[in-house]
Amino acid sequence: MAEGAALNTSEVHGTKSENAGIWLDQVSKSFASPDAGTIQVFQDLSVHFEPNQLHVVMGASGCGKSTLGYLLAGFISPDQGNVGLGPNPVRNPGPERLLVFQETALWPWMTVLDNVIFGPKVRGDADAKEAKHAAQGLLTKFGLADFADKYPDQLSGGMKRRAEIAQALINRPKVMILDEPFRGLDVMTREILQEYYLDLFEETRQTTVFITSELEEALFLADKIYIMGDQPARILDIIDVDLPRPRDFEVTVSKKYLEYKERAIERLFQSEES
Amino acid sequence: MSQAGSISVSNIQKIYDPEGAAVHALENCSCEIPSGKFVAMVGPSGCGKSTLLNMIAGFDKPTSGEIKLDDQLLVSANTQTPPNSDRVVVFQNGALFPWKTVLENIAYGPIVQKTRGRGQAEEEARELLNKAGNLERIAGSFPGQISSGMQRRVEILRALINKPKVLLLDEPFRAMDTVSKSKMHQHLLDIHDKFRPSILLITHDLVEAILLADVVLVMTTRPGTIKVNINVELPRPRSREMILSDEFTELQKQAIAAVHEEARKAFERGEKELA
Amino acid sequence: MLKQLQSTLNWRGFVAIFGFFLIWYLACVLKLPGFAEMANPLEVIQMFVREYAHDDHYWLSWVTSFQRVLYGFLFAQLFGIPLGLLFGTNEKFRNLFFPVFELLRPIPPLAWVPMSILFWPTNESSIIFITFIGAFFIIVINVFDGVRDIKREHLWLALSLGAPRRVVFLRIMLPSVIPSIAVGMTLGIAITWDVVIAAEMIASDSGLGRLTWEGYVSSTPEVLVIGMISIGLAGYLSTKVVNTIESKMMPWRRVRR
Repeated sequence: MAEGAALNTSEVHGTKSENAGIWLDQVSKSFASPDAGTIQVFQDLSVHFEPNQLHVVMGASGCGKSTLGYLLAGFISPDQGNVGLGPNPVRNPGPERLLVFQETALWPWMTVLDNVIFGPKVRGDADAKEAKHAAQGLLTKFGLADFADKYPDQLSGGMKRRAEIAQALINRPKVMILDEPFRGLDVMTREILQEYYLDLFEETRQTTVFITSELEEALFLADKIYIMGDQPARILDIIDVDLPRPRDFEVTVSKKYLEYKERAIERLFQSEES
Repeated sequence: MSQAGSISVSNIQKIYDPEGAAVHALENCSCEIPSGKFVAMVGPSGCGKSTLLNMIAGFDKPTSGEIKLDDQLLVSANTQTPPNSDRVVVFQNGALFPWKTVLENIAYGPIVQKTRGRGQAEEEARELLNKAGNLERIAGSFPGQISSGMQRRVEILRALINKPKVLLLDEPFRAMDTVSKSKMHQHLLDIHDKFRPSILLITHDLVEAILLADVVLVMTTRPGTIKVNINVELPRPRSREMILSDEFTELQKQAIAAVHEEARKAFERGEKELA
Repeated sequence: MLKQLQSTLNWRGFVAIFGFFLIWYLACVLKLPGFAEMANPLEVIQMFVREYAHDDHYWLSWVTSFQRVLYGFLFAQLFGIPLGLLFGTNEKFRNLFFPVFELLRPIPPLAWVPMSILFWPTNESSIIFITFIGAFFIIVINVFDGVRDIKREHLWLALSLGAPRRVVFLRIMLPSVIPSIAVGMTLGIAITWDVVIAAEMIASDSGLGRLTWEGYVSSTPEVLVIGMISIGLAGYLSTKVVNTIESKMMPWRRVRR
């Protein structure tokens, strides 16, 4: 996890990911709820996430953040409007847009290695040996080399999250969507993983949509923060976070950071009261 | 409220011995919680913060060393003062009785201890609710009907009705979102200003620690001991705008440096232990 | 193993067991109400050593009952697991057949006895059928629930990564359901013993259930107790075997910290 494990994912990726923004255009989505009739989650929501940026979507729990992620990943489709990646519409789940789930979604019955090579293997992208080689390379970079043959439940929470990121990255997605990936971890582990993901992003500039309810996490990671309000979900404010990269935790005590923080808190309090 | 309530922890050592593998949870750990002061304790997971809090509360005993409350021996290797209403713990996942209303929950302590009659206890409970920011409107609600932030406030009030000398808070705001947490900080500051119990707060959140406390104790990774003792001399009453001040930033820098070093050590060791 | 036994059987446990036998013994010797006709523990042991430990007929009862349980249980798995999977995955199939299934499910297994005797050509097959019925419904329901409880994240992830339907079924859905199959097995084995014993008492001339019943009919209370203890032991052993199989089916659970 120290210097030796420093991330160098460009090796794995070959080239930087292609320039493709991911977007929603005038999307409406509602769900049937057993006790409240239909719940309108989105109404005419339009967002465009530009390529090669780290976008953080932030809002209180239950505001529809996850639904946004599911739409982008293609797990659910909009009632009205369109979702797309670059010029192409999104209709199904696919390996070019991978979502890392809130609670770990590693398959408990497969070893860590089998979890990671699942994608390339089932698509027949690479022969077994190649896939294994790539996976082992990624696991080593993530400090998980010794855990390849363990089952997910033998790993700590922080390790599981890293294994999941490896499981997605090996497929070289155009867009990474992370739905509160570090939720439930203790704050210290969480901060270390944030640094981890930041290093990774700064290396690859992989288009990322990062969903969170933690303001500190949002400010530390983001190029842009989208503050979401609910019922129906909408973007209340977009904050361009102009903090230097590469970042480390020193940045959290800079004047600029604190000003962004104050602005975001004001916005969040307003959304509560309205 | 009782004016005393100073806790003095000296040279605490705690060794757990599950299946012969001696785990040194705390080593040479000394600190003070002066009367009426707010002390926050931060440190990596598993550094023994909660163990120490549990000892003060009377749930656990040290291997050696002693803890005193107002110069009275509270806990040592051979003494354990059972939990009582002098020093009350508010846990992370609170434990309000779901079948009692908010008012009944708060009044419960004095009634079962027979220190006050039902009428008087409920009167006091109502007063507390009122003083804590016009909460009388939720007096008749059941815990399941109020938000989790509100539940946490009620729990603190339930502890306060017993006029505790020390309030022990074990990560009470963990898993709350930014806005709710920020509101809770204000409520806790109000409570501390009004009732002045000594408070020991365990948290992972440095900003929270500095904003609320008079003293921030940074613990080392296991075996836990006090690494740094940071005095926070921000004026009271405090408010969340203070986090923008230069003083605050300076304190935060100090704390971050100390905590991150320990966190990284703990993290790396955690990975090794699993391998 | 020995350590495990020691930890469950601490001295309080030994005292309790010893006390139980003592009270039983005293109750019989003192002819307390209800105990007048009962055999005391010493008589039971004497009878067992003298007449049963070397008796082929007795050990054959074990074999017979075990066979019935085994067949009933295996057939229940064989038909129950696929049916549960079908109910869980195929909506048309579920809409068509689930109502019939739900209609038959509340009928207790023993209520099938007379019909089973009429329907099946041999006595043995009818008992196996009743045993099968006992475990079948529970297994189907458990597997069905298991399919419904598959985490959607697990399926979504596989679909995202481009897995074809066949792979999703074999590598994601099937392993997801294994824990539920295991629960069905544990419950199933317990019920098959219940049902076999009752069915043997009602409709058979062999097996441990019959042995116990004969003890009653022939007024030899020692035999009755030997039968009961044998049945308890048999049930315990089968559960142990099933638990071992279950943990083999789920290697990822065995390693859990």
